[in-house]
Amino acid sequence: MCGLAGFCPINNPQEDAELLRRMVARLAHRGPDEAGHHVDAQVALGHARLSIIDVAGGRQPIANEDGCIRVVFNGEIFNYVELREALRAAGHRFATDSDTEVIVHAYEQWGDDFPRRLNGQFAIALWDAPRRRLLLVRDRPGIHPLFWTWRDGRLLFASEVKALLPAFDTAPALDLTALDQIFTFWAPLGERSVFEGVQALPPGGMLVFEHGRITQRRWWEWTFAEPGEYLQGSEADLAAELRQRLTEATRLRLRADVPVGAYLSGGLDSSVLTALMHDLDADLRTFSIGFEEKALDEGDYQRLMIEHLGARHSFLHIDNADVGEAFPRAIWHGEQPILRTAPVPMMLLSGLVRDNGYKVVLTGEGSDEVLGGYDLFKEGKLRRFWARQPDSGWRPRLLQRLYPYLDLTQRQGQAYLQAFFGQGLDQADAPWFAHIPRMATTAHAKHFLAEDVRRRLRETALDGLQAILPAGIERWDPFNRTQYVEARTLMSGYLLSSQGDRMLMANSVEGRFPFLDHEVIEFAGRLDPRLKMKVLNEKYLLKQALRDALPAPIVDRFKQPYRAPDIPAFFGGRTPDYVEAMFDEGTLRDYGYFDPARARRLLEKARRGRASGYKDNMAFIGILSTQLWHHHFVERFRDHFHATPETRRKEKDERGRTRQEFHTRELSVHG
Amino acid sequence: MNVEERVKSFILENFLFTDDPTALGEEDSFLDKGIIDSTGVMEVILFLEEEFDIKVMDDEIVPENLDSVRNIGKFVASKTAA
Repeated sequence: MCGLAGFCPINNPQEDAELLRRMVARLAHRGPDEAGHHVDAQVALGHARLSIIDVAGGRQPIANEDGCIRVVFNGEIFNYVELREALRAAGHRFATDSDTEVIVHAYEQWGDDFPRRLNGQFAIALWDAPRRRLLLVRDRPGIHPLFWTWRDGRLLFASEVKALLPAFDTAPALDLTALDQIFTFWAPLGERSVFEGVQALPPGGMLVFEHGRITQRRWWEWTFAEPGEYLQGSEADLAAELRQRLTEATRLRLRADVPVGAYLSGGLDSSVLTALMHDLDADLRTFSIGFEEKALDEGDYQRLMIEHLGARHSFLHIDNADVGEAFPRAIWHGEQPILRTAPVPMMLLSGLVRDNGYKVVLTGEGSDEVLGGYDLFKEGKLRRFWARQPDSGWRPRLLQRLYPYLDLTQRQGQAYLQAFFGQGLDQADAPWFAHIPRMATTAHAKHFLAEDVRRRLRETALDGLQAILPAGIERWDPFNRTQYVEARTLMSGYLLSSQGDRMLMANSVEGRFPFLDHEVIEFAGRLDPRLKMKVLNEKYLLKQALRDALPAPIVDRFKQPYRAPDIPAFFGGRTPDYVEAMFDEGTLRDYGYFDPARARRLLEKARRGRASGYKDNMAFIGILSTQLWHHHFVERFRDHFHATPETRRKEKDERGRTRQEFHTRELSVHG
Repeated sequence: MNVEERVKSFILENFLFTDDPTALGEEDSFLDKGIIDSTGVMEVILFLEEEFDIKVMDDEIVPENLDSVRNIGKFVASKTAA
């Protein structure tokens, strides 16, 4: 894993070389091992490298035989060994053993279709000098980030937005539509980023810049078989095929010239993964976290798996206060508002990995989306069953079975459960039907938006979702529609970024995701959805496939979603100073996103220990993270992206002990 | 303040995060208006039990008792009269 940055065309070679250097420097956390820069008359390509494959020879940019095709890339091409053989047979000569060089020759051989040949996770920038053509490519599910912007007559691109900001003369603005989408789906949708004027290349996307024109297309898309076209075969045969595909996906992801570890949460997915690694005779070096709050902790299951596999394991205990303390740094790395603190422990976990000398881990992320694991899928199925007969008294009673691990759903009155889950019951055919209750809970955070922000919102969050839905989605089974919406909203925009890539890269650790191997995704897309969730038994086929490799309590345990302490992270003991600073009435008014009086009331409610439920928790984290985003990227824009030591000193002298300086001291994000 | 006023002020402060009395009518349904959801009702019950020194039984957790300022007023009156 690494970071890349660059732009095209070149205005002034000397100044542009300096700009490129400053852009790449902002990505040092992604690639601490070395930096590479290439600036010629047409293009600037920069790279911050984390060395994993061909540690000695893989320095980027890498070029083809005559230097006319150049590439910088972040990620891994797992089938590079097979591709290199095929390309050698076709007459290409290789100068290194790196996976990067495969990209250059693959482009020469197969043109713009080359990404289809790649099994991997990647963000690529490729320069074709003879055709004066720049190509940006992003992997299928969106594991690695890639952003771009058009400024002053040129295209700039980078792995993270913070590497684009040195090219900005003035501080960026928050894209309010993106904020509205986050406060609905947890993530900005499609091409949108939270930085106004900065686009995300969508998962499976390709951008071509040629003759001064930008064209974009999706070269890969999630698809699902239509009813009647599902894979045929006995349950046992399909389970065996799933296991075989997962084994192959895992085998490919163990390829590295450095040791590979794994996350082990004690849940089904990481247990499956480590069991497969065990079968492949991989060294089992595992890592996990545990929480102060018992309800969030999965320690018993972790210990069961560690014993079962004989893994060498490192464990990190996380107190509520640890989460509160690390929160600002997580927002710096994540670059967008969030509604849960869940990314923070993931950042602390990757720190544990790095401290133990590892820089690559396999994780079980993606299994729930691909193989049908989420409670939301279950919820959708149940609510749809109820919607077929809305007057039934018996059907909604099943809702009580949904969340046995939540005290509340067991104690509260049926009428309230029904009112909550009954929202949108008349929209059973909408692709987002299963998401309606979650959207409503999340949208509570919008209640705190300033009047002016609401007025300026032009499109609804649902408009944004409709714009990214594929033609023909209505022909898929409702379960598959839900999977699609989940994959294109929360998974790519939040789980793989805010909680994935960014939290791994904060500590220079690469995550690899066997469940997101495209052959696994495509296989699962052709399965009868009833095999993914049998009645209300989630990830049914996965359990069948791996049952004999796992202790029974792991297979049959009730699924517990990964959660971290939200509001309690800030009010358990000492409240971090920055919380009060971000909720300060003047700061709230200056930043302008939230109604100061309302936000203050929520703060007071949280302080009194009276905040309750997901609604208050999400609204609080949403406000705090948005304020911190503004602080990092707008208020301190000059310090982070333009300051020289001299200007920093001068500004400090002029301001004295201002709020700015207080923040500089309290909220250092560079460690 | 009478019961309804105390309840209304609690709902305004803790669910609508405002002190503007026009933000909530006495007969507005908390569920229909999305003011109180399935977890929020626990907060309301806790408030009623502490504020009015009553115990809310499981079978009393129904919208007829708890879904508007007026309903709560009547419910609390019946509990404190008993």
